[in-house]
Amino acid sequence: MLQRLISSREALLLGAIAVLLALIATRFPGFIAPGNLAHVFNDTSPLILLAIGQMIVILTKCIDLSVAANLALTGMVVAMINVSFPGVPVAVILAVALALGTLMGMVNGLLVWKLQIPPIVVTLGTMTIFRGIIFLISDGKWVNSHEMSEGFKAFPRAELLGLPMLSWVALVAVAVFAVVMTRTRLGRAFYAVGGNPHAAVYTGLDVGRTQFWAFTISGALAGITGYLWVSRYAVAYVDIAGGFELDVVAACVIGGISIAGGVGTVGGALLGALFLGVIKNALPVVDISPFWQLAISGAAIIIAVAVNARAARVKGRIILKSAEQAA
Amino acid sequence: MLMHFQADQAPADQAHAAGTPVLALEGITKAFPGVKALDGVSLRLYSGEVTALVGENGAGKSTVVKTLTGIYQPDGGAILVDGAPVQFPTAQDAARSGVTAIHQETVLFDELSVAENIFLGHAPRWRFGLIDWRSMQARAGEILRGIGAEIDPATRLRDLGIANKHLVAIARALSVDARVVIMDEPTAALSHKEIEELYELVEKLKAQGKAILFISHKFDEIFRIADRYTVFRDGQFIGDGLISEIDEAALVKMMVGRDVSQVFPDRQSAPGEEVLQVVGYSHPTEFDEIGFSLKRGEILGFYGLVGAGRSEFMQALFGITRPSKGVTKIEGELAVVRSPAEAIAQGIVYVPEDRGQQGAITAMPIFQNVTLPSLGRTSRRGFLKLAEEFRLAREYTERLDLRAASLDTPVGSLSGGNQQKVVIAKWLATKPRVIILDEPTKGIDIGSKAAVHEFMAELAAQGLAVIMVSSEIPEILGMSDRVIVMREGRIAAELEGDDLTPETLVRHAAGI
Amino acid sequence: MSETTTRHIPDRLRSPLEARLKSWESLLLLVAVAIFIANSFASPYFLNAWNLSDATFNFTEKAMIAFAMALLIISGEIDLSVAAIIALASTAMGAAVQFGVGTPGLVLIGLTTGLACGAFNAVLVTRLGLPSIVVTIGTMSLFRGISYIVLGDQVYKGYPADFAFFGQGYVFWVISFELVLFALLAVIYGVVLHKTNFGRAVYAIGNNPTGALFSGIRVARVKFILFLLTGLMAGVAAVCLTSRLGSTRPSIAFGWELEVVTMVVLGGVNILGGSGSIPGVVIAAFVMGLVTFGLGLLNVPGIVMSIMIGLLLIGVIALPRLWEKWRRRVARA
Repeated sequence: MLQRLISSREALLLGAIAVLLALIATRFPGFIAPGNLAHVFNDTSPLILLAIGQMIVILTKCIDLSVAANLALTGMVVAMINVSFPGVPVAVILAVALALGTLMGMVNGLLVWKLQIPPIVVTLGTMTIFRGIIFLISDGKWVNSHEMSEGFKAFPRAELLGLPMLSWVALVAVAVFAVVMTRTRLGRAFYAVGGNPHAAVYTGLDVGRTQFWAFTISGALAGITGYLWVSRYAVAYVDIAGGFELDVVAACVIGGISIAGGVGTVGGALLGALFLGVIKNALPVVDISPFWQLAISGAAIIIAVAVNARAARVKGRIILKSAEQAA
Repeated sequence: MLMHFQADQAPADQAHAAGTPVLALEGITKAFPGVKALDGVSLRLYSGEVTALVGENGAGKSTVVKTLTGIYQPDGGAILVDGAPVQFPTAQDAARSGVTAIHQETVLFDELSVAENIFLGHAPRWRFGLIDWRSMQARAGEILRGIGAEIDPATRLRDLGIANKHLVAIARALSVDARVVIMDEPTAALSHKEIEELYELVEKLKAQGKAILFISHKFDEIFRIADRYTVFRDGQFIGDGLISEIDEAALVKMMVGRDVSQVFPDRQSAPGEEVLQVVGYSHPTEFDEIGFSLKRGEILGFYGLVGAGRSEFMQALFGITRPSKGVTKIEGELAVVRSPAEAIAQGIVYVPEDRGQQGAITAMPIFQNVTLPSLGRTSRRGFLKLAEEFRLAREYTERLDLRAASLDTPVGSLSGGNQQKVVIAKWLATKPRVIILDEPTKGIDIGSKAAVHEFMAELAAQGLAVIMVSSEIPEILGMSDRVIVMREGRIAAELEGDDLTPETLVRHAAGI
Repeated sequence: MSETTTRHIPDRLRSPLEARLKSWESLLLLVAVAIFIANSFASPYFLNAWNLSDATFNFTEKAMIAFAMALLIISGEIDLSVAAIIALASTAMGAAVQFGVGTPGLVLIGLTTGLACGAFNAVLVTRLGLPSIVVTIGTMSLFRGISYIVLGDQVYKGYPADFAFFGQGYVFWVISFELVLFALLAVIYGVVLHKTNFGRAVYAIGNNPTGALFSGIRVARVKFILFLLTGLMAGVAAVCLTSRLGSTRPSIAFGWELEVVTMVVLGGVNILGGSGSIPGVVIAAFVMGLVTFGLGLLNVPGIVMSIMIGLLLIGVIALPRLWEKWRRRVARA
């Protein structure tokens, strides 16, 4: 069973990351020092969180392009709450972020479930709407570091056993969703609904409702990440995390999650995000302009999808006995 | 004659044999926009007995299955379990009452494990609502062994062959501790040997006291394994009774509402000169060394078991897939066929088995379907000429006696038989030299079937060379001048004249 | 089966005129007229020939891409890299300016870059059989990424004076070059989609690619051409936009892919492929242009317009479905 979980696709990606790290280490050994690797992980945590949500959505044959806008709107709302009511404890802030993100995910999910609007249309729409709402509530102004309370900003940086909370949140999410995806009915329903929607109906699964939950989870993760993002960078404005949804989709595609639905693991999403995270953090180290990052992640998406497609290519039916033995 | 069955209609007469039915439908109605799919039908299933549900396509069989499994909600009537009225608002409610179905296409999940496919929706659970993989796999293994299937429950489903997938579907049905098992055309995709194994399994289930609803188009298997029959026609209940008290002819008559002996057109075949010659067609996995020749005015039958490689070979001939070696000659000249477009240009056309996906573009109007491969002729310099299209479409659809409200109605709104006529019209409009018909009458009503057969004979008489792939022995015998039997991707025999008997066909196809 | 015994099948039951009156396009046209009237009441500056002419720049460049995109979406594919293609084509032209290339050369470079990007997408989708949505999300990053590599935070300027004609020139009175080009392309794409064998093939592929292949349509070739056309149109838009702005930044036309897709969907093209029309896209272009312009006159900031566009996108699909649901519920009660 363990071998099944770590199928060849994830192993391949793990190998690719190892090779990448080794190459960087030959010239900059400091990059693979545990402290730096922990930093890279911490820096990639928001991407990991969103990639897990996106993976679940993609499993059900949908796509959520509104995650970055959801993150930005939630981040702005909690930042403004903090400015107006500096006394509100972080736990409440986290709860608000979670609730708000979940709510936005539910809006996407309801439109897909109840009105059967194609997910790409729904989330393209809500993406612009969420961003627009940020402008409306903030009047286009920034919330800056000095306006935020210390407690608000400290949470993601607070260390537990040597790791910042931001990293812990990502680790907890990975662990929770690894269990949810393999060991709960809902988790397996995501696979079933995306793998064979027609059959899922006969199994008593409601395809639309399952998709609704996928969007809800994606939204909840985006909401939590919204607070973490804004407090970590200590700034909130309309365009934070602009275009980040593409990085999220890229992480999923690189992680072997099939856009056709039904195929993908939490491990894949994690590794896909880490792959991009390593590249992003390595660029300045190896003295390549950060402007290269966009093109590299674009190329990585194309290569990953081509490699995955090759592996999943449908073979012809095997009818000949001789071919059967050879196969 | 019909009156006789009407008199038998009261199903209560049969109750004496087996007591209260485990599951019964009484006066169920179900309407969809424009159609009354079920009009007050009744159906009774008894413990330890197989009831065959018989009817033509469109009789309402699949609607009944969907009603029984909670996919559809009936508009009226009652569902009774052990005589008590129940409702199945969802598929899970039906499963809870012990009703389970094995569907036409095995509806399973390729990416999930065998054990999960068996238990999805009712997996054994652990604390905190988590799935207990270990006990799930153990129980899956038990069930699989119980039906004699040697499959590792941890295997991913997509690594299994069709027959094994079918066994998984059956194991799934058994995993819910079903009292009622619905088998919807379970033998359609199985080989001879696998069908025999399925029959044994059905006997086993009977012995365990399960009530089985068996839906099939094959009369031989109905008479072999069913204890009772129920006949529907056009969404209405026609009659039911014990299989031992009826014969095939009477059952067919109930099914179609009139006397139908399957009559094939009387043909005087006079094959002309050779049109098509195929030499050494091979494919790495699908077929090997296929070669034959075909004359004008000839109907060449291709017989074989499902999965013998007939359709795969035909699709290679039509340019969908490429053979690894082999040549095609049309009227003695080498023909290069690398795509359907090139096949059509050479005068080879293909009426596929899968009408909805490959044959017609169901969302588009009839006339556009008909002219699609002939647009070069109905247009000028690439610009459409609608009047020309309507003319061409009318010419060929009327020749085929198509029944449709207008030529701009979508093909999808037509009955199966009429859809098939549109597909055939589409190909005739290209003025082909060779027409390949792959299971041309599969899933169409008996009336349209006869029309298609008659038309095939007419085409041959006009000098067209016809290849007909069919799995129905009467059709093969009734229509073909010559028959090629395929087995496991190779030609097993070429039969003609007195050699052409049901026995020789089956013998060569099965390799006995 | 037995009720229709006539051998003669009529061509049509509904007249084409009747079908047209009940179409999405007619409804959209009403919306456009309503917005036009609302705008003219809302602002005294609206009904002014020059203002109206200015308003057309809000949509002409996007609409040029939308025509090709409409065909692509009808065929069941999508290209999200169009805005990135604009960036790359504009960057290529900007770089050429540094080498003293003249206006005809610049136009050629812009169009060729667009075509090359389209060809790249086409090869990945039709030759390697990859899903276009992922491929073009990838090339979207790749193409714009190359612009960033070349330009960083720099700006290309110094376009020749006569290059300005494409984005700022007028053919006659208030009729701009872009508006003429828009009208010309609308007619061309309308004819190609609705009046040619190629257009019919596009619909057939979008409705059922397997069925189209089995009917002898060269599916891969048609899709290849559509990606080429979309790339080319992005190149055309790049020429116009660069000419209008007179400068190139790597962030040029950022987010346009969404507006183009919105325009296409608003125009009644089914995002899942198989149906849609060019007149619908033309009207949708006007609707979006009028909304943007009207709000602009009322001093509503740009980002609020994007909310409107997002709402419009979801609303136009959601409302008919809600209406249908409500009607069915009433019918049942």
